[in-house]
Amino acid sequence: MKPRSAIHFASAALALATLALSAAPSAFAADTPDPVADAKAFRKYFTDKFPKVKLQDFVNGPYSMNEDLHRQWEEKEQFPPYEFSLDLGKEMFAKPFKNGKSYADCFANGGIGIRQNYPTFDEKEGKVVTLELALNRCREANGEAPFSYVKDEMAALTAYMAFTSRGKPFDIKIPADPRALEAYQNGKRYFYTRRGQLNFSCATCHVQSPGERIRAEVLAPAFGILNAMPIYRSEWSGMGTISRRFVTCNSQIRGVPLNPQDDEYRDLEYYLSYVSNGLPISGPGARP
Amino acid sequence: MRTSMLKSILTVALLIAGASSARAAASEADFKAAYAAAEAANKEAAALRNQWTTTAAAMAAAKKAADSGDFDQAVAASKEAEALAKASIYQATSEKEAWKAIEIR
Repeated sequence: MKPRSAIHFASAALALATLALSAAPSAFAADTPDPVADAKAFRKYFTDKFPKVKLQDFVNGPYSMNEDLHRQWEEKEQFPPYEFSLDLGKEMFAKPFKNGKSYADCFANGGIGIRQNYPTFDEKEGKVVTLELALNRCREANGEAPFSYVKDEMAALTAYMAFTSRGKPFDIKIPADPRALEAYQNGKRYFYTRRGQLNFSCATCHVQSPGERIRAEVLAPAFGILNAMPIYRSEWSGMGTISRRFVTCNSQIRGVPLNPQDDEYRDLEYYLSYVSNGLPISGPGARP
Repeated sequence: MRTSMLKSILTVALLIAGASSARAAASEADFKAAYAAAEAANKEAAALRNQWTTTAAAMAAAKKAADSGDFDQAVAASKEAEALAKASIYQATSEKEAWKAIEIR
């Protein structure tokens, strides 16, 4: 190769390498999840959409969207319909298992005031662990049969644990583990993905239409939507866990629900809780 | 001329009637083939974690009709179930990228 051609070749190679290097980080950035930026944008979307709603009030779901409903809710809170569940949960939580241990032995701080830290990412398992799942694992580790994720016992236990965390802001952590980031991203994808014959995503109702009516119901904003869980729903005439809420949402849009605590639902809970970081736990709650 | 024309019209009409009645009388084998196709499509939707409740309902209706010997209805419901399952597959496939369009950024 002649020296001049060699110089041309070298400069072309250098230019290509520079181009490749400068292009690579932006392409990477576009595809890499950024939970901090997501949470900031999420909060901004809702506070811009509802400038009159106080930040802390988003956790009250439909009651934050409508003044009449808000008044009804304030009255309802005088004699809250979830009270019986709360009492039952407190009693169940304190009652020792057959082996003499109790729920308090399975959780940090004896299980009191820790709701805001769930779901967590378990780096040993490489998966998201929700409070409902942790409670059943605690039972099984102590020789007790697990509870149904969609029935009253689980609702009562989580109601009591939420109550002991009332006012504490959601503090969901995403550790520096690519699997945690992947779980977060999977949850986000699930949230925005349309499914069921009605072709709805979670976001169709809870991002695009909060405050609007769907039949007789006022739709809750996604921001803070899990802070009040579990909830007493008048429509259900009873209490419902987060699992019950996810399963019911899927059925209502004519999609076959997954099994409670399947990976997708665990990841969805992780995502939704993370983007509501900073908002206070208000559970147990009541909804129309 | 007129009589022969009338005869041909009658023949065609009879042929059409014969063909449509042959089409209407679906057999158990027709049902089994149609149901298997619906089942296969719904299995694919399950692998994509995106089955629809309406697919399951149409499949249940197909089985019920077949059990009562109404294979026309059983085939029709199976075909409906297959179409619904295919729509759910299409939805899951297109949503692999489409979900990003509504993401809050």
